[in-house]
Amino acid sequence: MEEIKSEILDKEKQEYTINMGPQHPSTHGVLRMVVSLKGEIVQNLVPHIGYIHRGIEKMCESLTYPQIIHLTDRVDYLSAHINNEALSLCVEKALEIEVPERVKYIRTIMSELTRIQSHQLFWASFGMDLGGLTCFFYGLRDREKILDIFEETCGGRMIVSYNTPGGLMYDIHPNFQKKVKDFIKDFKKLLPEYDQLLTGNVIFHERTKGIGILSKEDAISYGVTGPSGRASGFACDIRKIEPYSAYSKVDFKEILFNEGDTFHRYFARMEEMRESMKIIEQLIDNIPEGDYCVKMKPIIKLPEGEYFQRVETARGELDVYIISDGNKTPYRVKLRTPSFCNLGALNLIAKGGKIADLVAIGGSLDFVIPDIDR
Amino acid sequence: MPFNIYDFTSFTQWIDKGLYDSLPAFWAMIIEMTIIGVAILIFYAIVGLFLVYAERKVCAFMQNRLGPNRVGPFGIFQTITDLIKLLFDELVPIKNADKFLFNLAPFIVIIASFMAIAAIPFAKGLHAIDFNIGVFYVIAVSSMGVIGVLLAGWSSNNKYSLIGAMRSGAQIVSYELSVGLSLITIVILAGSMQLSTIVEGQKDCWFIFSGHISAFIAFIIFLIASTAETNRGPFDLAEAESELTAGYHTEYSGIKFAFFFLAEYINMFIVASIAATVFWGGWMPFHVANWTAFNHIMDFIPPFIWYIGKTAVVIYLMMWFKWTFPRLRIDQLLKLEWKYLLPINLVNVLLMALIVLMGWHF
Amino acid sequence: MTNEQLKEKILSIDPKVEITEGKQFLTVTLSTNKIINLAQKLKNDEETKFDYLMCLSGVDYKDSLGVVYHIGSSKHNHVIVIKTKTSNRENPVLESVTGIWETANFHEREVYDLFGIKFKNHPDLRRLFLDNSWGFPLRKDYVDDVNIVSK
Repeated sequence: MEEIKSEILDKEKQEYTINMGPQHPSTHGVLRMVVSLKGEIVQNLVPHIGYIHRGIEKMCESLTYPQIIHLTDRVDYLSAHINNEALSLCVEKALEIEVPERVKYIRTIMSELTRIQSHQLFWASFGMDLGGLTCFFYGLRDREKILDIFEETCGGRMIVSYNTPGGLMYDIHPNFQKKVKDFIKDFKKLLPEYDQLLTGNVIFHERTKGIGILSKEDAISYGVTGPSGRASGFACDIRKIEPYSAYSKVDFKEILFNEGDTFHRYFARMEEMRESMKIIEQLIDNIPEGDYCVKMKPIIKLPEGEYFQRVETARGELDVYIISDGNKTPYRVKLRTPSFCNLGALNLIAKGGKIADLVAIGGSLDFVIPDIDR
Repeated sequence: MPFNIYDFTSFTQWIDKGLYDSLPAFWAMIIEMTIIGVAILIFYAIVGLFLVYAERKVCAFMQNRLGPNRVGPFGIFQTITDLIKLLFDELVPIKNADKFLFNLAPFIVIIASFMAIAAIPFAKGLHAIDFNIGVFYVIAVSSMGVIGVLLAGWSSNNKYSLIGAMRSGAQIVSYELSVGLSLITIVILAGSMQLSTIVEGQKDCWFIFSGHISAFIAFIIFLIASTAETNRGPFDLAEAESELTAGYHTEYSGIKFAFFFLAEYINMFIVASIAATVFWGGWMPFHVANWTAFNHIMDFIPPFIWYIGKTAVVIYLMMWFKWTFPRLRIDQLLKLEWKYLLPINLVNVLLMALIVLMGWHF
Repeated sequence: MTNEQLKEKILSIDPKVEITEGKQFLTVTLSTNKIINLAQKLKNDEETKFDYLMCLSGVDYKDSLGVVYHIGSSKHNHVIVIKTKTSNRENPVLESVTGIWETANFHEREVYDLFGIKFKNHPDLRRLFLDNSWGFPLRKDYVDDVNIVSK
């Protein structure tokens, strides 16, 4: 690692450097930021990453395709289903397999549940970072209901490994539909409570409105996707641009705002939770009967060539790029993760703001550090 | 032994007379002062322990969980075990720190709050110091705590502590203005700064009702300003765990940290009891001007219970704020004081003066 | 724009590039010194408006090292693929596109870290995840007896 040069950068300019080290309560993981300040104003911010680099892309080159599914879970652990789905779709595209309708519906419902639980955790930790500690408990309490649903059907709460090339690993639990419908009914009553606690609060508005503005051109140039990009006006929802699974069958709104400040990045996620519930409601009663999996060969070999799949995770756009040379292990797998690109814009957004805003901005961009480091 | 639960004057006079009769005047005075000092210390310790437990339980119930419930029945011995653990903590000595100031800082904070407790009327006749400038004394003495905070930040030899102490110092000094002005509003209504006179003056009607609009505004401002004074609630940026700087008491451990921690809770208690005394009548029961039968029933509850009840309600309000609202940033905090609270306060003082002159109060 | 129109457009900018129809997208292969010109024109032209760099991947073809760019348009939603290679494995140098798409800053640092490919005119080319005691792990000829289990 590079040494940090002298702490007082320039005595006349009165700049000094501080280190928000890898262990810090509000960076949500092992992210190290070296911030140079003048008084309270941030002059420059350099993130140092790599504390949790596990070499996933190198590992993929010696594992078979069903084994890679388990690695994609751990890239962004809050969007585990969607990451699995990305890899499965890419492999199915390469083999030109059409999965049954039942699989598409279940994949979409699971993805939307994943999106809701990721945004619930975002709400919980964002409130906690800003000082409203009660938000943490309310958000996690409601998230437990979704995790119970996952555990019953997939066997795991956070690391699910449910999608697989060709379909799903097992069929859904018989209680699945009832539990999901109960959850939607309960959560619809609880979501106004979230709004009362944070969204409508004057202190919250003071701390987030007008802070950390990202313009649309910068969002496109820096590749900031997901709710953070959509809050700046960048219409990047892959579910609308290139619909996959059952997204072409449902009717939902793409949440777009123009202001691009911290409040709208937060608000975009709250609205997305409502849209996700709408999607689930349209699908949950109509799951068609059928197989949960297509019969695949025991050893999957992709034909020679390159395959590219884009999906919309809770954080933004995830791209899976597989180069295959005909063997059972891929030649190269590249995962373009959303948090990696969102991090690139952090320096631009935080410059010129106060250090107390840094916590709010970092929270609103919603990083998951394993997503950055892979 | 004359012990009248409704009027402690006879009890205190009995002790006073007993001491002065049996000992030379000098020793009687020393013994009397020691007794009062020890009694207040014990009260201080018990209130501190109880408040920490109460905060944890209130916070837990608001967050949909249980709070301490293992140590002792309903977890009431939790704070005592925490205190014992703090006593066993290693006192880490700081290199290049100013040792004298470093050790002095927690004591200054404790002494300032200790002195302020002495002036509060707990019940009829149970009043340690009854100055004729009671309100002024309380404000003056409690603002000495700032010195302890600044010394703690400076002597820690840690730039994060210094930043936190500077912020905290600026916050406390700014909000003292609002506290003082809102108390002056009531002094105008009461006509005296002596705390026992203020309480006696609320015999027919608490000041918050008799001063209607003006007293109500003063109460709200006092509540906000005193939450900021004690570094609590939505104004706790200086010591927040999830912010960058860990606050002025980063480098303290063990018993010295326990002092800061305890002083914060006692300050909350002091501020709540000042609010209860000045606005809500202190130990005076809830009387309505001419309803003698009603007043007689209200008098049945001892004054001490009235006092504790009112203080507890104000403390609960302060805890409610802390666990509901997110934090304000330091510049928004100072803006709130200088641009909003101070002008409103000044206008309110004029308004109250007008009300008193014109006789528009109840 | 359809693939045919894109092909015409690209050939009109630079007739000497090699264009193939991949299974999904149009693939343009060119040498690294032409990429800035092409990318700039593709970004500024209103009909194509390729202003969004989706994915920048380093690849180790056994005889050469290369980079694959997937670029898209926020307005028109079409995607093309650009590939460049260099056969110099000792000291590979490619042009940086950070001036065109800012997101390339972090991506190119990652490629430098894992493959060793240097980028000319990059504002801050340092290693991103690893430190200098690791070689370039994602290269095919990378050998690490301690950490990698080869079957």
